[in-house]
Amino acid sequence: MKTIKWYLSCLVFTCMIVVSACAEENKNISDTTAILPAGSVNPGLTLPDGFTATTVAENLGSVRHIAVSSNGDIYAKLEKLKDGKGILLLKGGNATAVSSFGNYPGTGISIKDGYLYASSNSAVYRYKLNANNEVENPGKPETIIKGLTDRGQHNSKSITLDDAGNIYVNIGAPSNSCQVQDRAVGSKGQDPCPILEYAGGIWQFKAGTPGQEFKDGVRYATGIRNSVALSWNSSANELYVLQHGRDDLHRMFDDLYTTKDNAELPAEEFLLAKKGSNFGWPYCYYDGKQQKKILAPEYGGDAKTQGRCESVDKPIMAFPAHLAPNALLFYTGSQFPEKYKNGAFIAFHGSWNRAPEPQAGFFVVFVPMKDGKPSGEWEVFADGFAGSDEKKASGRVDYRPCGLAQAPDGALYVSDDNKGNIWKITYNGK
Amino acid sequence: MRRRLIPVNVVIAALLFILLSLEPDQTKPPAAVMERGKTVYTKECLTCHQADGLGVQRMNPPLAKTEWVLGPKARLIKIVVNGLTDPIEIDGDTFHNPMPPHPHLTDQQVADVLTYVRNSFGNKASAVTIREVKKVRAEKKS
Repeated sequence: MKTIKWYLSCLVFTCMIVVSACAEENKNISDTTAILPAGSVNPGLTLPDGFTATTVAENLGSVRHIAVSSNGDIYAKLEKLKDGKGILLLKGGNATAVSSFGNYPGTGISIKDGYLYASSNSAVYRYKLNANNEVENPGKPETIIKGLTDRGQHNSKSITLDDAGNIYVNIGAPSNSCQVQDRAVGSKGQDPCPILEYAGGIWQFKAGTPGQEFKDGVRYATGIRNSVALSWNSSANELYVLQHGRDDLHRMFDDLYTTKDNAELPAEEFLLAKKGSNFGWPYCYYDGKQQKKILAPEYGGDAKTQGRCESVDKPIMAFPAHLAPNALLFYTGSQFPEKYKNGAFIAFHGSWNRAPEPQAGFFVVFVPMKDGKPSGEWEVFADGFAGSDEKKASGRVDYRPCGLAQAPDGALYVSDDNKGNIWKITYNGK
Repeated sequence: MRRRLIPVNVVIAALLFILLSLEPDQTKPPAAVMERGKTVYTKECLTCHQADGLGVQRMNPPLAKTEWVLGPKARLIKIVVNGLTDPIEIDGDTFHNPMPPHPHLTDQQVADVLTYVRNSFGNKASAVTIREVKKVRAEKKS
């Protein structure tokens, strides 16, 4: 009898758990639905006081980088074609008026001096904008650069333009650390690394000369594994990029790095890339705790020795490992408070290579800048894209910040390549 | 007394039968193999393919419910042993990161980890044997 009673109470208890779990789930579902309609305010995002986020578009597809023209039109570059097209135009920033063009997938998109520039994973195209700031001939872009390395891995050709008629293109290294056999345990690092001749850096081309090939470019900065985030800073007149650092230290060198070390090394680096800069990949990585460039284990490093890495260029700021900075924007608007002027917003796509440790990132960060250098610590500006702490830790998140753009009114747009949402962040505090 | 159409004991027996036949452990590999396989998975595979076996968007393919894992065993063994550098496509998504070769794993470890992968993350497929691994490795040498 006692046993039956015990069973019954267990049964009741289980039912209660199931019922409350269902209720919880329903609550989450209704919350999510509340978030979903475009135009909703503060859709689950956390922001500093006085800022408001509005969902302007959702489920557009794999939206990588975005660009906004002076009339408020948003151009979104898709990494995966949608109905055969790779660029979406949200007329006047309006998600109900979407058209598309461009038959190539890719990441980079930018507007400069009357042209829309967009990249595939191996080429850069441009479209002339007419007097109304509209693409004149969406079916016939000029091919500015073609034939850039695309071997799948790190193939995003992110772009930015300076004020002197040059365009800068990221050519990411199709490799983790330039081993003879990529990511193979025991495979040595190639020395010199042949990849650096055609990738692993930023190349400069002429923005207005059609038909350029790889050989027409200048290797502007080298020793950068992959930099999806790059931006010309017009006030400093310099190029800034963020590196996606190497990974897999524990799996390949478990005698030197624990799984925790693997999650925390190396730092993601914020780089001021001058002509001729060398940031050391694949021979070196930046250790944020030791605050120095360390010799990579594939090249004889032991997690402490600097060796040849003592002389390579250092980052201007270090971020936690593997957060994957995917967009950089220097804020030039006047809508946000004074401290944001000329500062840097960085969209972190979020990690995957911290496993089995919890994943991290999935937010937009702000770095105050003065005279082209960080003037204070970085801070999280917009968070909540992951959806919950559990989703963040597992990496199975709702949204992954990937693009940034400044609206004509000084608001900040953030794009996501997981579902294809775009948010507009405005300041209305006093 | 009211007569029931189906006696209670028959109903209970039927329910028990259904429950038992749903029991998934009947064809599951021995726990010791799964445990050894999990150890190899955690060290060699987890960083890229993740704890839930669902991989990483655009980079590392999922191992759950895909033909690459559940299909021909020789192809699967080859990928683990020799690696794979070509991007692969699953359900319209392309995955770009290379699969490194694993010459440092023993035949036993390859068999264990693949048996584990073929019976985790919702997968259910026959075990991979040491003999099958040996056969693929011998082909590579010849």
